[in-house]
Amino acid sequence: MSEGLFGLHGAALEIRSQRLGLLSSNIANAATPGYKARDIDFAAALDARLNGADEDRAVSSATRYRVPVMSSLDGNTVEIGTEQAAFAENAVAYTATLSFLRGRVETVTRAIRGE
Amino acid sequence: MTMPGSMSLFELGQRAMSAQMVRMNAAASNLANAGSVSASEDGAYKPVRAVFAQELDNATGLSSVRVERVMTSEAAPVRQHDPDHPLADENGDVWVSPVDENEEMVEMLEASRQYRNMVDALSTAKQLMLETMRMK
Repeated sequence: MSEGLFGLHGAALEIRSQRLGLLSSNIANAATPGYKARDIDFAAALDARLNGADEDRAVSSATRYRVPVMSSLDGNTVEIGTEQAAFAENAVAYTATLSFLRGRVETVTRAIRGE
Repeated sequence: MTMPGSMSLFELGQRAMSAQMVRMNAAASNLANAGSVSASEDGAYKPVRAVFAQELDNATGLSSVRVERVMTSEAAPVRQHDPDHPLADENGDVWVSPVDENEEMVEMLEASRQYRNMVDALSTAKQLMLETMRMK
């Protein structure tokens, strides 16, 4: 992982992107009987990634089943409010990470140009 | 964002939306046939319902939805005594399809909301991807 120039933001962006997919899967399966909602523990995944685990391993080691507030009769543990909130939170965090990266790129570009 | 060949976020969304569409069509068919009358018990319309199943893509860990089967309801048609009806049998009875209109409306509403949720999730994901690509 390029720890030097972009700090942890590269790893953060990878995990945010994986989490985006996982939360979309939960939203897609809101009506699938027996589907168990999953989520990525972001801090744990980032920790594993920064400690040298590859992307897939970091993400799979930090993936957890969601504990539903109220369980439904068909065994589906998707609660759409929870998923939408997590999705929005993740999207905002993704955008934040992007702007950190963009700022970094701008700084470096400016340094190269000698401005 | 994902490896080529494996299921992408857009594919996931597309499959999920198709599944909701099947569900919506089933509810629409049921509603269209609500109150339809038949001359025999076997001939009466039976409500249909889509059954979803998870479709897991191991390469990416994404799960989409597919319609596993379209289930036909076991509900018995309602026997109605209506001797003036042109389809009435020798006892003067007709068979009315057992469609619960309220249930179908709820089903349709739920399917359309879940379709929308997927559209929203996809448009957010699309926006984030575009922003990532535009990063200079």
